[in-house]
Amino acid sequence: MRFIVLLKADKNTEAGVLPDEKLLTEMGKYNEELVKAGVLLAAEGLQPSSKGARVRFSGKKRTVIDGPFIETKELIAGFWMIQVKSKEEAIEWVKRCPNPLEGEAEIEIRQVFEAADFGEAFTPELREAEESMGRQMAANAKRQS
Amino acid sequence: MSVSDTHRAIDAVWRIESARLIAGLARIVRDVGVAEDLAHDALVAALEQWPESGVPDNPGAWLMATAKHRAIDVLRRKERLERKHEELGRQLEARHEMAVPDLDAAIDDHVGDDLLRLVFISCHPVLSTEARVALTLRLLGGLTTEEIARAFLVPEPTVAQRIVRAKRTLSEARVPFEVPRGEELAARLSSVLEVIYLVFNEGYSATAGDDWMRPALCEDALRLGRILAELVPKEPEVHGLVALMEIQASRSAARIGPSGEPIRLFDQNRALWDQLLIHRGLAALERAEKLSGALGPYALQAAIAACHARALTPEETDWARIAALYDALAELAPSPVVELNRAVAVAMAFGPAAGLELVDTLMSEPSLEGYHLLPTVRGDLLARLGRFGEARAEFERAAALTRNSRERELLLERARACAGGPPLSDAQ
Repeated sequence: MRFIVLLKADKNTEAGVLPDEKLLTEMGKYNEELVKAGVLLAAEGLQPSSKGARVRFSGKKRTVIDGPFIETKELIAGFWMIQVKSKEEAIEWVKRCPNPLEGEAEIEIRQVFEAADFGEAFTPELREAEESMGRQMAANAKRQS
Repeated sequence: MSVSDTHRAIDAVWRIESARLIAGLARIVRDVGVAEDLAHDALVAALEQWPESGVPDNPGAWLMATAKHRAIDVLRRKERLERKHEELGRQLEARHEMAVPDLDAAIDDHVGDDLLRLVFISCHPVLSTEARVALTLRLLGGLTTEEIARAFLVPEPTVAQRIVRAKRTLSEARVPFEVPRGEELAARLSSVLEVIYLVFNEGYSATAGDDWMRPALCEDALRLGRILAELVPKEPEVHGLVALMEIQASRSAARIGPSGEPIRLFDQNRALWDQLLIHRGLAALERAEKLSGALGPYALQAAIAACHARALTPEETDWARIAALYDALAELAPSPVVELNRAVAVAMAFGPAAGLELVDTLMSEPSLEGYHLLPTVRGDLLARLGRFGEARAEFERAAALTRNSRERELLLERARACAGGPPLSDAQ
């Protein structure tokens, strides 16, 4: 099963302050350990929300809001995608991560849905819709190439 | 934390630490069976103590320290025994006394080397294939005997027996705990790759009603492959195998229909292919290609899988490249099944007549006798050439050979369509 491991933002990550060399080295070592254990699928750090945007939906209306966003604690500063046997294993790996920020930091662990989890909800109609989406994507790609 | 929470946490720690623990201990006691027993004793101690004391901050170090104490006891006992039995007491004594203080250093150094030794010994040629698989999953994958039994649909005592016998065989054959060198390395490595791919295929062949432990074998195999790729990063075939498994696994959501029926590659909804795994597979293939001029059998199969993965629609498939890759594969690992695949690729790239020519050379192949895909492919090519009478006979033959009832229906349908003239829907 897969988990996405979310690092919450803080003042510094939102200010675009990069981690110091010591933390970078430690983090590099940690990520290497995840790779060596065969559990890391992907990992990325995110730029501050000032460089991002939000699209707000209201019925059929869409409103674009440019960053930065103020509720720092709810923002994401980076993520890992790991493949492990249980939530407990994911927790165990996250506990081994060096403290990613100065002082307080929070990392959230969320399980990723797999196709099988949708079960009955994944009806033939939905499948049909997805298939036509696939055809559309392919057609777009063809036009671009 | 409740007792059951603690037990789940211990399971997780075990999953992460057990291989390293056993590998480190095996180097000291020079016996995989004894090493596993020691590691297991440490696990039992954790199960007894952690629910009371809480999970320690560094659970891996705790397990290692506990196991090390027991290892020292074992070595001392062995030493006493040897002193009693052998006349050369003094010499041995000197050697063992040196060994004990070095334990810490011995365990902490070269974790990677230890793991690699454990990989090679678990897949050692003195063991049967079944034993290699069981031992690898148990010692490196951290699976329990029960999990292995459920995954392979065999009774638990059978797996337990296999593991006990395997450890005894290794011990009796005095198989050294070391990484093979020189010419031996290639042969031993291919035995390791074979075991990992076998585990993967066992998981990949699981069907809808199966215990979830079966499909989980794909993840176990991928994890083992990814670990091995970091242990021997210069071996192109390891990356080739990882690439092959990542790309095959990328299709798992698309390859089984709602009622559990298999869906052929060309009929799969490609939007369901996992792009992250495809990306990882292509990256692993690139690593293999950078390391060697000529690709090995796994890398070639991965390169073929990559051709499909890159095609957004079946029509975009680069069949000429696939045919060329099958040519290379047929040179390296000749087999009638590879030839049949090559024939299909050639037919797709250069027309049904060229494909049929190759298929016809396989008709007298004894190992394909009874293999339903041969008449299926031949029937398909004949139909595309407008030779419907012959095509019909081939589809009927294929229908009689397949064991899958759904497939039989499909084949009989195609046979009927041939009888009625050009088929309506199966122009590929």
